[in-house]
Amino acid sequence: MQSELNNRLEGPTFYVLAGIGALISLIGVAGAIYMGQHGHQASGMNNQIFWGMPHVFAIFLIVAASGVLNVASIGTVFGKQAYKSRGPLSGLLAITLLAAGLFVIMLDLGRVDRLIIAMTHVNWVSVFGWNMVLYPVFFGLVGVYVWVLMDRKMYAYSKPVGIAAFIWRLVMTTGTGSIFGFMVARQAYHSALIAPMFIVMSLAWGLAIFLLFQRAMYCWHNMELNEEIRRRLGNLLGVFIAAVFYFVLVYHLTNIYFAKQTGFEHFILVSGGVFPQLFWGGFVLLGTAIPLLLLFVPALQRMRGSEIVAAVLTVGGGLCFLYVFIIGGQAYPLDMFPGMEVRSSFFDGQIDHYVPSLPEMMLAIGGFGVAFTLTLIAVRVLRFMPEDDLAKLKASGALRD
Amino acid sequence: MNEPRDPVDNPSRRGFVGAAAAAGAGLGVLALAPGLHLVEVSEANAPSAGASSKVRWGMLIDTNKCSSGCDACVKACASENGINETVRDPRQASQWIRKIELKEPRSGREHSLPMMCQHCAHPPCVDVCPTGASMKRADGIVLVDRHTCIGCRYCMLACPYKARSFVHLRLTEQNPEVPRGIGCVESCTFCVQRVDKGLKPACVEACPEGAMLFGDLKDPNSEIARRIAQEKTTQVRGDLRLDLGVRYQGI
Repeated sequence: MQSELNNRLEGPTFYVLAGIGALISLIGVAGAIYMGQHGHQASGMNNQIFWGMPHVFAIFLIVAASGVLNVASIGTVFGKQAYKSRGPLSGLLAITLLAAGLFVIMLDLGRVDRLIIAMTHVNWVSVFGWNMVLYPVFFGLVGVYVWVLMDRKMYAYSKPVGIAAFIWRLVMTTGTGSIFGFMVARQAYHSALIAPMFIVMSLAWGLAIFLLFQRAMYCWHNMELNEEIRRRLGNLLGVFIAAVFYFVLVYHLTNIYFAKQTGFEHFILVSGGVFPQLFWGGFVLLGTAIPLLLLFVPALQRMRGSEIVAAVLTVGGGLCFLYVFIIGGQAYPLDMFPGMEVRSSFFDGQIDHYVPSLPEMMLAIGGFGVAFTLTLIAVRVLRFMPEDDLAKLKASGALRD
Repeated sequence: MNEPRDPVDNPSRRGFVGAAAAAGAGLGVLALAPGLHLVEVSEANAPSAGASSKVRWGMLIDTNKCSSGCDACVKACASENGINETVRDPRQASQWIRKIELKEPRSGREHSLPMMCQHCAHPPCVDVCPTGASMKRADGIVLVDRHTCIGCRYCMLACPYKARSFVHLRLTEQNPEVPRGIGCVESCTFCVQRVDKGLKPACVEACPEGAMLFGDLKDPNSEIARRIAQEKTTQVRGDLRLDLGVRYQGI
């Protein structure tokens, strides 16, 4: 069976898909080279909004990388049978998504040529500095995890390795959330809620990416995912989407409660132009409400591909949320002189605007190309296709547990 | 063909150099007097002695003297530090110091003041810098090491004063004493190249109203320390308790 599957991927489909992935990746590299040659003046970023579209995409990929591993964790750490066969693909996506996220964020550095300095001069007080440990260890742990999941002789070690990877990804996403959570300077950030919120977001975004790639693999092999498994994964996605919404709701409610934050909340939720539009239209409506309807209304749930549409919308909603969170958080002026009207040649007291340029959009989207290409090559080389022994699963009651 | 030998390569010469070095090292630790060593005397007098923690450089800005529309300090800073590039988008321009105009909505009272790096005692930019390029000298001056800054801009996110700028384009015609570079973050250095020569920062010297006072906050006899002790001064975003090197009067 497996050799037959591999044979199909060896055909033109694989090369066409790999070509498309490589092209998108190269577009990203081209965007980075252009910005490297001309400096960041070629971007829409400036000294007011200095983290732009590349950061939105990179952080999405890094957060999703942690969350996509959840599928493997449910299988090995929590012992759910239906997820066990998906563990290797889950681990693979965790590695490729993180690599893609780092690809984007590193190529956006002002001095890409100093990557070696980033690795050799580490400030351990900095959350960014922690990443010099968090990311390599994540790569290593998940690599070992995938190995013990795929090598029958090593499978006995899957539980301890799985637990270690599970804990490490929580630590890693706590670090990603803390990049913002420790920011005392800005109204948008500086909240202990951000780290757990990012963890919950990672679960939803990671599972959405997993469902999309799993669906693509089944399509390439002209196979249909078992209805029970499809529904289970869809339900799980729905629960994660609802949990994300809960955290975002509490985050905004706490901000609204603090009198000094109400101006910022009014800006993000009501008066800030593109930011409220993306928040309500992109994140709440498209990224939360519609996916929840698709996943939990029985008539919609039965529709073929409903969980895939929900997953696409979850990814889109996640990107909208990050755009509002990262760029909206910088666009709102720093409150240096509370109660005063402020103006300066450096745009103090003003709402800033940001229009991403083509090169930075190319770099940002290139991240998805890298993740896709790496995953595609890996599934071509090794056996990552989830293989469900449905009879066994039904007999053990695993599809209903 | 006999080539002339490098004198240092000569064994007897090498032996002499080695002996001299050993003697020098020995002399270096010789006590001139109890607690006073030759090495310490030498280091204290060396031109590259480095910053001393016995000093904390600071600035006091009297906003009552600072007039709206005057940007002499901004111009002096640009001239001293070679900030002369032309950018297409003014939002991408570097501004190490800027004039801020404030207005109290109720009373209509207006203030004008220069804003720059506040040289915090607990600088958030130093905490967050992943490579340690953002650093605080022993004398309290907060700087960016242009050789190790990777241009991640995390420090810009962390700074409560929007005091940092990212260089968006290639630079030419720089002041050799003030290296700047594409892809790095930069901010006010208190004109460290002048301070180390015993001079005042360019903005302080240029202020026509004498609104900016520079000095050692740790020296109780300095004018800045005396005025801060006697008069009401403000630290911007004092709620963050960053212990700023720049204080304001009149706001």
